[in-house]
Amino acid sequence: MEPRTKNHTLDVNRIRADFPILDRFVRPGVPLVYLDSTATSQKPLVVIEAMDDYYRRHNANIHRGIHTLAEEATAAYEEARRKITAFIGAPSSRQVIYTRNTTESINLVAAAWGRANLKLGDMIILTEMEHHSNLVPWQMLANELSLRLEFIPVREDGLLDLDEYRQLLQQSPKLVAFTHMSNVLGTITPAKEMTALAHQAGAVVLIDGAQSVPHFSVDVTDIDPDFMAFSAHKMCGPTGIGVLYGRKEILEKMPPYMGGGDMIKRVHLRSFAPNDIPHKFEAGTPAIAEAVGFGAAVDYLQSVGMDAIHAHEQEITAYAVERLEEVPGVDIFGPKTEYKGGVISFTFAGVHPHDISQILDQGGVAIRAGHHCAMPLHEKFNLPATARASFYLYNTRSEVDRMVEALYKVKEIFG
Amino acid sequence: MDDLYREVIVDRYKNPIYRGTLDPHDISFEDDNPLCGDHIRIDVRVDANNIVTDARFDGHGCAISQASADLLMETILGKSLDEVKELTKDDILDMLGLELGPVRLKCALLSLKVLKAGAYGLGEASDDLVE
Repeated sequence: MEPRTKNHTLDVNRIRADFPILDRFVRPGVPLVYLDSTATSQKPLVVIEAMDDYYRRHNANIHRGIHTLAEEATAAYEEARRKITAFIGAPSSRQVIYTRNTTESINLVAAAWGRANLKLGDMIILTEMEHHSNLVPWQMLANELSLRLEFIPVREDGLLDLDEYRQLLQQSPKLVAFTHMSNVLGTITPAKEMTALAHQAGAVVLIDGAQSVPHFSVDVTDIDPDFMAFSAHKMCGPTGIGVLYGRKEILEKMPPYMGGGDMIKRVHLRSFAPNDIPHKFEAGTPAIAEAVGFGAAVDYLQSVGMDAIHAHEQEITAYAVERLEEVPGVDIFGPKTEYKGGVISFTFAGVHPHDISQILDQGGVAIRAGHHCAMPLHEKFNLPATARASFYLYNTRSEVDRMVEALYKVKEIFG
Repeated sequence: MDDLYREVIVDRYKNPIYRGTLDPHDISFEDDNPLCGDHIRIDVRVDANNIVTDARFDGHGCAISQASADLLMETILGKSLDEVKELTKDDILDMLGLELGPVRLKCALLSLKVLKAGAYGLGEASDDLVE
């Protein structure tokens, strides 16, 4: 193990001890180096145990149950919502809607807000670096309602072209939807500034926070978007649960998304009255144990501190960029470290990213290869695929070294 | 892994023998592996008895997908289209001399899928062709 990081407070060895999976060997003698947290993060024991305890001791369906277990389950589910509310600085937990994930959160807005508020010819501004989850729902809606989609270009340096954004805003867009941090380039967008500009132009703003909320402090009251979407599984929580944060007045006016139990106040044979927010958008039995796990994940991240996590990732990323640049044939794709989070996408001359990933796996190093659900961005830069290493609070410099060692093996095999 | 990147695979990837296109051709088909963006096009010429007289592949992708395509072109020369239609996943694995997990299997089988879709004259390639 490397010496503990001294520049900031995050004690990475202590943190690693919280994540049981980080002890495993991929094969005999080959310990895991997990550099794929942008796809999904690993889970600390406190999250695993919170869900285990929920199923062992409290499991019942929530709301409208009078018995003890139902009350405990409901309390745990709602307590987690309050934790998440505080974590993102939302004014009220009624503005925090549980969904399955970021994708479902964005689809909810497209289906419920979009259909009620957009009409033929209306314009939506997106960016060229959106994940497919913040692109395809708008394409589907655009096809259905004949909307116009426009895109803020990504410059060669991996940053958004904000001059072009200002030009687009003059065409009275109804919605601006953009990522807070690119899952490929790592680019962190100036979300507060972009939101203020969109609001001045009279547009509603949705921010895809899938990569930002897990990695640095995000305050929705400060940034002030109308919607923000994110997923638990990328922030030390379980899969199957995410959040849509929304502005209260907008959520209250929006029609429901799915119909069913829990989203109603009253139901008659031919009509229903929707429940209050957030329940109006939570039809059916939700992911209760996952909500409990999500709450535990938020507690865990707060106990470490989001600023310490961000500083740690910045340091590891800067180190990884430096080491990768040493390897002949490696080309890094995206902005300089100061403008990005802990994501590095790269290519290796003459070697397909799948082969890079396969050879790295033999050294126990887990990275991702492909288009990372951002095909248009790869098309723009004329790359069929990239290899991507991503970092989180538990990654170390020595893991970066293991990756670089394995990359020399790639070079050896492909010559 | 050194098995997976056996010399023949890396060599065929770096120095393919059958890379290119044929004009004119009797059969031409192309498709992608949507998971990773690998792309393969295959052109085939056959004689009056439907025997393959020439075959070429083009496209981009990982070493497994490209080497597999190159070896497949070699394999089908002199075979009848009926024999080509009978080729299976196991033939490809034998040809490569590899055991592959589910993800890399898709890379290895892309060329066979494209070839069989072309041989059958299908509008769209389906995974059923290589199951």
